[in-house]
Amino acid sequence: MTKTINLTLKVWRQPSTESKGGFETYHASDISTDMSFLEMLDVVNEKLTMDGKEPIAFDHDCREGICGQCGSVVNGRAHGPEKGTTLCQLHMRHFSDGDTIAIEPFRARAFKVLKDLMVDRSALDKVIQAGGYVSVNTGGTPDANAIPISKEIADKAMDAAACIGCGACVAACPNASAMLFVSAKVSQLALLPQGRPEAARRVTAMVRTMDRMGFGNCSNERECEAECPKEISITNIARMNREFFKAGFFSAVK
Amino acid sequence: MSWFVNTLGSSIGKKLMMAISGLSFCGFLVAHLAGNLFIYGGRDAFNSYATHLHSLGPLVTIAELGLLTLALIHVLTGATLFYENLQSRPQRYAVNKSAGGRTIGSATMPYTGAFLLLFVIFHLLNFHFVDKTHITIFDIVSKSFSHPAYVVFYVLAMIIAGLHVSHGLWSAFQTLGANHPKYMPIIMMLSLVFSLIVGIGFGFLPIYISLIA
Ligand code: HEM
Ligand code: FES
Repeated sequence: MTKTINLTLKVWRQPSTESKGGFETYHASDISTDMSFLEMLDVVNEKLTMDGKEPIAFDHDCREGICGQCGSVVNGRAHGPEKGTTLCQLHMRHFSDGDTIAIEPFRARAFKVLKDLMVDRSALDKVIQAGGYVSVNTGGTPDANAIPISKEIADKAMDAAACIGCGACVAACPNASAMLFVSAKVSQLALLPQGRPEAARRVTAMVRTMDRMGFGNCSNERECEAECPKEISITNIARMNREFFKAGFFSAVK
Repeated sequence: MSWFVNTLGSSIGKKLMMAISGLSFCGFLVAHLAGNLFIYGGRDAFNSYATHLHSLGPLVTIAELGLLTLALIHVLTGATLFYENLQSRPQRYAVNKSAGGRTIGSATMPYTGAFLLLFVIFHLLNFHFVDKTHITIFDIVSKSFSHPAYVVFYVLAMIIAGLHVSHGLWSAFQTLGANHPKYMPIIMMLSLVFSLIVGIGFGFLPIYISLIA
């Protein structure tokens, strides 16, 4: 038997980046607790469309917690109240009948609101463009096991690579800092031999770009780690700091 | 030298300056507390400790200038970080909840820090920049703490200092990149113990002096 609940939503509506936004109240009736949060918004949007009103714009793509497109601040928590969960994987069974839910976009100077709950997170792409890659020369395919990598290191790199770039760390950080995201991207490459040749140049370029994009400074509040849907650890931030100091003080990179 | 300025001027570089100056202050607090323990030896023990310390002459001056430099770095960088972080989210959240990362210590760093700056200035005017030709340091201290208001203010200040280092100590290690699965639990524990030592160790002195005064 499917259980249904009724909710009151306070949703941030903003027609465009330049316009002033505000909260609107909507009622979401007969919501199946098997629905995801985004499916609940779909139901609300269908009704809004039927009534001839503008549906709520929100980011989403895969809806299976792997693409990093979705994300809003739900009752003051990025991606909602569940630990290690993206908004698309948050199910309505975690809410109770009669709840009031406040839904706001991720907020940071570096993330402009495009419309309603949609934000422009291209500042994160700029950081990746600055160095979040390895340069590979063309030629014959290298043998898969030519470079030995210990299981422990491979696991750490894999854990860092689990970052889906959703920007929840920025949204959750009291300072709107992007350190968790950037450190995951730096770590994933710095840990592996293939990433070492460009490590100093990479971390320097990525940190400088991060600073230029207008993110805040990390003050080790650890909200990012607690909120990250992929549970990326702040040990990555410590690793990025080490890499940055090594590059800044002991490498040839200027 | 532009590489040096670029590195220190970055967000992580500013944190490095906070961490090094903050850790140095923690070291200073250990030495300061050790010295203050002579108060428990009574009037003569404390006065003779002070005389011995000042007989070091130029070494004391060098240490004082070093602390002043570190203080300028810590306060100016801290103020810059605070200002930049205020600007990084122009539109605040209507509803804001912690996911469990922050502590009272971490959430109040700029405020406890600003308070400590005022306290340090007051403290120096009180006990350092005073004419000591006709009165010993022990008598200055015991006269001050015969006022209950002084005792309350100093105890409060020491609790605030404890709060500042409860986050500051482990945070400095994290900033320096000294994060290791084997040592981080020990460092976290050390931060807690150190904040208690600062709070109770310094905080009990004014109470003790007011009791014997
Ligand atoms: C006894 C004096 C003090 C000690 C032992 C101390 C210690 C520390 C330590 C260890 C940190 C951590 C650095 C890091 O996270 O890397 C810190 C951070 C901080 N301190 Fe202090 N501090 C003292 C006084 C002050 C004063 C006077 C101010 C300001 C007026 C101040 C403002 C700050 C701020 C704002 C931070 C946070 C910086 C950030 O993480 O963004 N502190 N302090
Ligand atoms: S929509 Fe892809 S992670 Fe949520």
